[in-house]
Amino acid sequence: MLVGVPRAGRRQGTGAPVSRRPFDPRLLRRVPATRRQLLALGSLGVIAAALIITQATALATLLAAAAGGRLDRPALAAFVATVAARALLLWAQGVVAARTAATVKATLRTELLGAVGTRGPAWLSGQRAGQIATLAGRGLDALDAYFTGYLPQLVLSVTVPVAVLARLTFADWSTALIVGVTLPLIPIFGALLGWQAQAATERQWRRLSLLGGHFLDMVAGLPTLRAFGRARAQVEVVRRMADGHRVATMRTLRIAFLSALVLELVGTLSVALVAVPVGLRLLGGGLTLQTALLVLLLAPEAYLPLRAAGSRFHASMEGLTALDEAFTVTAPASAPAPARRIPPSAPSELRFDAVTVEYDRTVALRDVSLTIRAGERIAVIGPSGAGKSTLLGLLLGFVTPTQGRVLVDGVDLATVELDAWRRELAWVPQRAHLFAASLTDNIRLGRPDAPLAAVHAALRTAALDDVVRQLPEGLDTLLGERGHGLSSGQRQRVALARAFLRDAPIVLLDEPTARLDGAAEAAVLDATRRLVAGRTALLVAHRPALLRDADRVLRVDGGRVTELTSVPAAAAI
Amino acid sequence: MTPAPERTVLRLARPYLGRLVGAGLLAAGTELAGLALMATATWLLVTAAQRPPLDALTVAIVAVRALAISRGVLRYTERLAGHDAVLRIITDVRARVFGTLIGRPTPPADHRSGDALSRLVSDVEAVQDLLLRVLVPATGATAVALLAIAGTATISPAAALPLAVGLLVAGVLLPAAATALTRHTADRIAPLRGALATDAVDLTQGAAELAAFGATASALDRAAGRARELARLERRLAVAGWALDGCGTLVAGATAAAVVITALRADVDGVLVAVLAVGTLTAVEATLALVGAARQWSQLRAALHRVTALLLPDPPATDPAVVAADPDRSAVEHPGHTCEIDAVEVRYRDDAAPALDGVSLDLPAGRRLAIVGPSGAGKSTLLGVLTGALRPTAGTAILDGVPLWAYEPEQRAALVGGLLAEAYVFHATVRDNLLLGRADATAEELTAATATAGLDGWVREQPAGWDTIVGEDGAQLSGGQRQRLALARALLAAPGVLVLDEPTEGLDPAAADRVLVAVLASLAPDRSLVLVTHRLRGLDAFDEILVLDGGRIAQRGSAVELAGSPGWYRDQWQMQEAAERGYLALAP
Repeated sequence: MLVGVPRAGRRQGTGAPVSRRPFDPRLLRRVPATRRQLLALGSLGVIAAALIITQATALATLLAAAAGGRLDRPALAAFVATVAARALLLWAQGVVAARTAATVKATLRTELLGAVGTRGPAWLSGQRAGQIATLAGRGLDALDAYFTGYLPQLVLSVTVPVAVLARLTFADWSTALIVGVTLPLIPIFGALLGWQAQAATERQWRRLSLLGGHFLDMVAGLPTLRAFGRARAQVEVVRRMADGHRVATMRTLRIAFLSALVLELVGTLSVALVAVPVGLRLLGGGLTLQTALLVLLLAPEAYLPLRAAGSRFHASMEGLTALDEAFTVTAPASAPAPARRIPPSAPSELRFDAVTVEYDRTVALRDVSLTIRAGERIAVIGPSGAGKSTLLGLLLGFVTPTQGRVLVDGVDLATVELDAWRRELAWVPQRAHLFAASLTDNIRLGRPDAPLAAVHAALRTAALDDVVRQLPEGLDTLLGERGHGLSSGQRQRVALARAFLRDAPIVLLDEPTARLDGAAEAAVLDATRRLVAGRTALLVAHRPALLRDADRVLRVDGGRVTELTSVPAAAAI
Repeated sequence: MTPAPERTVLRLARPYLGRLVGAGLLAAGTELAGLALMATATWLLVTAAQRPPLDALTVAIVAVRALAISRGVLRYTERLAGHDAVLRIITDVRARVFGTLIGRPTPPADHRSGDALSRLVSDVEAVQDLLLRVLVPATGATAVALLAIAGTATISPAAALPLAVGLLVAGVLLPAAATALTRHTADRIAPLRGALATDAVDLTQGAAELAAFGATASALDRAAGRARELARLERRLAVAGWALDGCGTLVAGATAAAVVITALRADVDGVLVAVLAVGTLTAVEATLALVGAARQWSQLRAALHRVTALLLPDPPATDPAVVAADPDRSAVEHPGHTCEIDAVEVRYRDDAAPALDGVSLDLPAGRRLAIVGPSGAGKSTLLGVLTGALRPTAGTAILDGVPLWAYEPEQRAALVGGLLAEAYVFHATVRDNLLLGRADATAEELTAATATAGLDGWVREQPAGWDTIVGEDGAQLSGGQRQRLALARALLAAPGVLVLDEPTEGLDPAAADRVLVAVLASLAPDRSLVLVTHRLRGLDAFDEILVLDGGRIAQRGSAVELAGSPGWYRDQWQMQEAAERGYLALAP
């Protein structure tokens, strides 16, 4: 039974910090737009505290009068007016908080996906699409709970207790004393119980991420699972993963809810501590009913925001964890990029100068020196995994040399503006990715404004026009993420059509005729010949037919590159 | 007409109904304890102001303390019970969603893996939220509202009227408004999130192409545009939603004021007026939970519809004969299998030309059959028929006397299968990927299969050996290594009829020849092999070669016969031989 990889070898998030502050100061720096919104939230919190005091005072007056069978009209009017004001304030608070959440999410989503783009394919190899998709989607949506639920409460938990204490001191100082002494118990208990819940939530979050990645893997591999008669057995694995999720979640919740219970009890018992002497003094006539009612209404208000903030903190921790992960992923690269030079256009010479490329586990290329002159068509052969694709990766700027340099007309590629340089290149990868867009847009990847006539020409040269005719909506057919609806050979020809349309002076082809049938291959070879004519071309070849047109043949084996001097006899045919 | 998604969810929840009802009762108990607490405390203070003997207050003092503690404890147990019940239901839902995806023969065109991910991780949570944040709190709030009205009516029927109106507004009108206001926008949020997930997958998996073609910026712009659109919708939702929350506060205050005025006019005792006022505030605030529940519910609907669409069983497509056919278990173990395909026709669409047209072939035990032909000739379709994935429109495909499609999928996979197009390599260890072929394979069998596929050297080189983790879809392997891994897995599965679709694709010619020879040598003499290939080299070891073209068998015979007669095979053979001789002469 296939059980994905929950452990081993995978970087889990990135060094999750041990303790988490209720507010991440990086937010102000990384999303400056939130500064004003957070300031507004703070001001609204101060007004809210004032309104709570006013409302409780008015209600206490109203009820004290009512207890005597009398309707206090001014108090009633004041009560209704403060209620209306609080209603308005609640709305304003909610809207500001939601706006902040939306702004932060949109900014971080963009940055997250931007980091994926700017850091390039090499950085991505260790990260999983599923995990990033989860973070950019549901992971960041957890911020809603943080911004609309937790943060306003955090503000209130400062302003309201202060206001309540001040009002109580004015009304009845002994009550204020008891409240002042018991209030700190809430954050103390919260901190003691909260940290455990924090660690537990962090674990739960990771499991969720993994579940996401695991499921994506399983769905993508469903045809294979079916082929081996294992699909139904995997249902059990998914069930087991989900059940593991349940057990882990319940463990977290038991602690999280327990801390809410303790905080609630601390609050309630403190109010009881206040209420008993107040009641006794009422009995003894040492206190007016109005003050007693004010104490009854206000004392719980002092504890409430602290408790609410505490209980929502658990709910918002998922959001904070996601925020931390997003900030870590999008953190600016440590070394500032050197000044980028504009690369020479249509260069006359590409040179590898003693280039070595090392990956984590292997050395892909060893001390490779090589010169490619403009207009040369060079075939690269060698066993699979020998380093042929790395050679292309170096020219594309995906891979940087561990040692040595790649020079374009004498300019080190490491100092060059890569986007500008890549405009000189057209690339056909080994396994082309099809984007979730129409076939036209997939082909126009490198030239989004290409006229339709050019697209048709590219289709014809890539021997794809027959395929288009069979598609339900022709050129407008939407292609799935993994190219549903196209065979691998057809997908390869889409990649070729892309390269044709790109019309760049240098062409890099990574096995363009892999996965093609004889007839299709002949058509593509014809097209490839047209493509490389008059251009510099580097062709990684597994199929001999490509060698016919090569000016030079390089052999890569074990990371070393040797040049074959004789041209194949078959070229004569 | 599909049933309401809520009903589907409730049907799924049936085994856990006891737990759910328990949670609902606990929720009602919690709310009532809160209401009783505030009412009793007020009564206590107002009564104390009238200076009765202390004894008159003892019961109320004890009641306040008991209610304060029981409210907390009730809430704790309610939350735990509710979450546990719901998470159990969710486990079922996840497994069922996956099960449904399995049952679908081919994913629909718009079914993207990023979307599927959003579905399982996020939409399934919608089921959780429906039960936990809609159903359970709604039960509690409704119970409190009804009991509050009943309680007030016993004190003062006149005061019960404004309370009932206030509770009706808070519990029915505002929730209905919340549903109406948010539904339209909520329906648009879920697809946007799905689209964003797809963008994320495109930007990660297609990062290399985007960079190489200078299209990263525009793809990012699109994704950022979607993120902004999502933010815009969320903001709009917030303006309407929080306005309702404000109205809720207003209703609570206004109702309390109205109750005080009415009760005073009705000459209700002053102590009870205060109790009614505080009780009203608490009851309306508790009932306002229904607004949140309604909002949740309307946000969940789109997701719920999509989840339940995945939970509904497809209309039964199985033939009654499937049930009747019961292939003898021992037949699977039996080494020799015969397969006959007779006059098979396959049409994907009624109005399209057949993908296969009158194809017949015979596979006695131990047969080596190769299938060649230009792309689009019907080779994959023929393999689909042969592996039982496709049911022919006409003609028969019979394995050991039983129609291929009539076997249980697991049993059929043991009889016929192997390396098919789009073979997927899982993000798991090399060993786990191989064991997918045969779960009980021994270490020797693993070694033998990888040796045949030419992967044994690579495995030995890895520090983690068999436990080396290969990336998602084998992304951390080179194309050749990936293909060899998939081949080794197929060899390990060793079905009665081994099917190999382009097993040496991505390998250089010399390696491809070596692998094909090794595969043929490793095959038990009573097992059959069906090879689909574009490479014509090494086919002289095969008993028969079929040349498919346009869905028909254009030529058939041995390699020698076909190379000698004019046609597609001879043309290809000459071209490939010439090109390859030159290439091989070149390799040092």
